[in-house]
Amino acid sequence: MPHAKPMPKAARPSLAKVPTGIKGLDEVTGGGLPKGRVTLVCGRAGCGKSLLAMEFLVHGAVQYGEPGVCMNFEETEEKLTANVASLGFDLRNLTKRKKLSVDFVSIERNQIAETGEYNLDGLFIRLAHAVKVIKAKRVVLDSVEALFSGIEDASILRSELSRLFRWLEEQNLTAIVTGEAGTDTLTRHGLEEYVADCVISLDHRVTEQISTRRLRIVKYRGTSHGTDEYPFLIDEDGISVVPITSLVLTHKALTDRVSTGIATLDEMMEGKGFFRGSSVLVTGTAGTGKSSLAANFTSAACARGERCLYFTFEESPSQILRNMRSVGLKLEQWVKKGLLNFNAMRPTSTGLEGHLAIIHRLISQFRPTIVVIDPITNLVSASGSYDIKSMLVRLVDFLKMEQITSMFTNLTFAGDPQERTAAAVSSLMDTWIVLRDSKPNGRPRRELYVLKSRGMAHSREPRELIVSKRGLKLGIVMEGHPQATIV
Amino acid sequence: MKKSSAKKSPAKKGPAKAGKSDFYRLRLYIAGQTPNSVTAIANLKKICEDKLKGKYRIEVVDLLEKPQLAKGDQIIAIPTLVRRLPPPVKKIIGNLSKTESVIVGLDLQPVR
Repeated sequence: MPHAKPMPKAARPSLAKVPTGIKGLDEVTGGGLPKGRVTLVCGRAGCGKSLLAMEFLVHGAVQYGEPGVCMNFEETEEKLTANVASLGFDLRNLTKRKKLSVDFVSIERNQIAETGEYNLDGLFIRLAHAVKVIKAKRVVLDSVEALFSGIEDASILRSELSRLFRWLEEQNLTAIVTGEAGTDTLTRHGLEEYVADCVISLDHRVTEQISTRRLRIVKYRGTSHGTDEYPFLIDEDGISVVPITSLVLTHKALTDRVSTGIATLDEMMEGKGFFRGSSVLVTGTAGTGKSSLAANFTSAACARGERCLYFTFEESPSQILRNMRSVGLKLEQWVKKGLLNFNAMRPTSTGLEGHLAIIHRLISQFRPTIVVIDPITNLVSASGSYDIKSMLVRLVDFLKMEQITSMFTNLTFAGDPQERTAAAVSSLMDTWIVLRDSKPNGRPRRELYVLKSRGMAHSREPRELIVSKRGLKLGIVMEGHPQATIV
Repeated sequence: MKKSSAKKSPAKKGPAKAGKSDFYRLRLYIAGQTPNSVTAIANLKKICEDKLKGKYRIEVVDLLEKPQLAKGDQIIAIPTLVRRLPPPVKKIIGNLSKTESVIVGLDLQPVR
């Protein structure tokens, strides 16, 4: 029997893809969904599959000039319009402009008597008509499984569904079909059997009272894709998926420098300060001036006209503004000028993944050159068993890719010499500044030293950190302090 | 069977006996002249003649010609028969070859 020769790798046409317009999803799928194919999006109730499908349609219609048809088997046009209006999509307007068409297919459960042979041509004709009227390129069927409750003859239904999916492909329509997750299967009615090209599974899990949404690409024929679970977020802007950028270390190391905001500290670091795009860890026990150092750093950056995004997990923005006034930092002016943006979040308000997603989104909106996270300690408390390190790896990687200089503060406890921090995060950080209390000659004071700073010759000598109404400054090198080098 | 003999019969085909409440308006949705469509039309005519003689009207809608009509009656399967009158609206699907199911599904009252 003659065998068809396998096509050489180079000659294989690369799979055409259409962008979903959903933040992050196009990155993790390498460009979007397979063009002219059916993608199955499955998950339990409330996991966000309908939203994902609608976003695919709306973005297609608005951004990519691809009109779309939604056949909805669960919600009426009115309800759907109201649902997506809360996310800022004006379905009615899009419908009027023939960019989008919604057809609510009502299945009267157990009210349809069957009297002999039939097929689902009615559904086909409705879909084909809607597609033709607006010249649709995208189709959503949400959720076609509802047919199983209305059509008794499952064998007819199954053969019709596979005919439907074939028809969609023949028409070169890019489609999303949603399906409810089954107990052991991806979908309750085994829709995955008909969809050969792309399957995306969504999940909404609650661990230690904190909910996290995740997305996984189960299958994507003809394309390489990450098999990881990607955290995603649903908020007033819709879905955003957080890509894991840490698969490879490709970020470019910059040689520009950023002032630390304290002249003497700059001097300790070759007279120039941090590398731009590097990550800085500031650790210290309570009251050693971590937040002041971070605020001073941002204030100096804003004075140079840079944009700073400040995430606080402990204090409200107004509290920080007030406290920093007492050390001579007038941060309000930068907030007013739009250079400084505070974001206060409760560590327990969402899971680590959720925080990561929020941070991602705000960074892509605000486009800062400097990001401060104050403190990461509280995130550790919210993380429970989940590994904070993997989150920080992703965050730090993302920041480096974006060439953003980042400062993380971390509270350490007396008698616990940074071990926990060291294990968790220090290896990710390019620079590590240690703040501590000491009592030479019985007089308490704050000390600062640079424990490490990659890629530069830096001073390791501790200096007094003087925090006063006039701001932060460093004292002279403290002689004869043996603890200076290793903690 | 209760008959509202006081009321006038429908203008056209309805015989004098039938009141408004037991006049059947049926709409059969088909998609082209497929074997199932042809069978369904034949079956429907026969059943109506047997059970509803003189008090029914059949309208056949071919969705290939008028696809926009599918949405209004929520048509999914082909053939679908819709009982538009008397209320409530009832829907049955299939080529109507199971006569008993048709009678039950349309809630046809046998003519005495």
